[in-house]
Amino acid sequence: MIQVGLQHFLVVGALLFCLGILCVLTRRNAVAVLIGIELMLNAAGLNFIAFARHQGDLAGGSLLVLFVIVLAAAEAAVALALILAFRRQVRTLDVDQIDSLKG
Amino acid sequence: MKLSLADLLFYAVAVATLTTAAYAVFTRNIVRAVFSLLGTFFGMAILYGMLSADFVAVVQVLVYVGGILVLLLFAVMLTANIESARLSSPAAGWSWGLLAAVATGIILLPLALEAPWLQRELDVAGPGTATIGRSLLGNMLLPFEAVSVVLLGVVIGAVVVARLRRGGQDGEVQR
Repeated sequence: MIQVGLQHFLVVGALLFCLGILCVLTRRNAVAVLIGIELMLNAAGLNFIAFARHQGDLAGGSLLVLFVIVLAAAEAAVALALILAFRRQVRTLDVDQIDSLKG
Repeated sequence: MKLSLADLLFYAVAVATLTTAAYAVFTRNIVRAVFSLLGTFFGMAILYGMLSADFVAVVQVLVYVGGILVLLLFAVMLTANIESARLSSPAAGWSWGLLAAVATGIILLPLALEAPWLQRELDVAGPGTATIGRSLLGNMLLPFEAVSVVLLGVVIGAVVVARLRRGGQDGEVQR
């Protein structure tokens, strides 16, 4: 354990990103896939802020992460509306079975 | 090596964040996964705070915990009877997913640890909210307005998609 610097935050971000990839690729439930995507977006945001903090332009990095957060919220809203529609029409949340565009 | 209180706090928060995220990934009960995500998002907010990005930390709590998490819970409760809301992890998909995740980790972790990152010591005094606000209404005005248009489109689109009915017996929206 050494003094906390840039690398520590990058390692946390990398591990979080790997967990997100694992979640997206292995889970079958569509909501769980969405959870994985949110984890990956969070990991990217942590990297942005860590780099911004250690390279002198904290406001710029913060702005980028703010936009990412807003778009993540928008993406979650649309994805959940799609999940509700799929649930009603196809009677499943299994992403392996959701393979038709014309339900 | 002397560890300061802030360092210890970082390790505690990082471990808590990763643990709750791992639980959300590996548990088979989706309700537990969503509630475990609460810890992840709060931990991320604290990490943002330790990087002195105070406004981002607050927005993280507001949007992720107050918005996305509630939305996820709504989706879980509306789509599945809670008892049977299990997450299956099929054997075939499991191996490939694990392979991809481990490969990404093998690439990212040494990169994060060994690359000669440019590190400049930055003395951050006080909140940076004023700078962000001026920037949003200044040189970032176009993205700011574009995002507001995107949000309007998302609101309308989400309502339309969520109202789709089978065969359109609702009489208003045909799928």
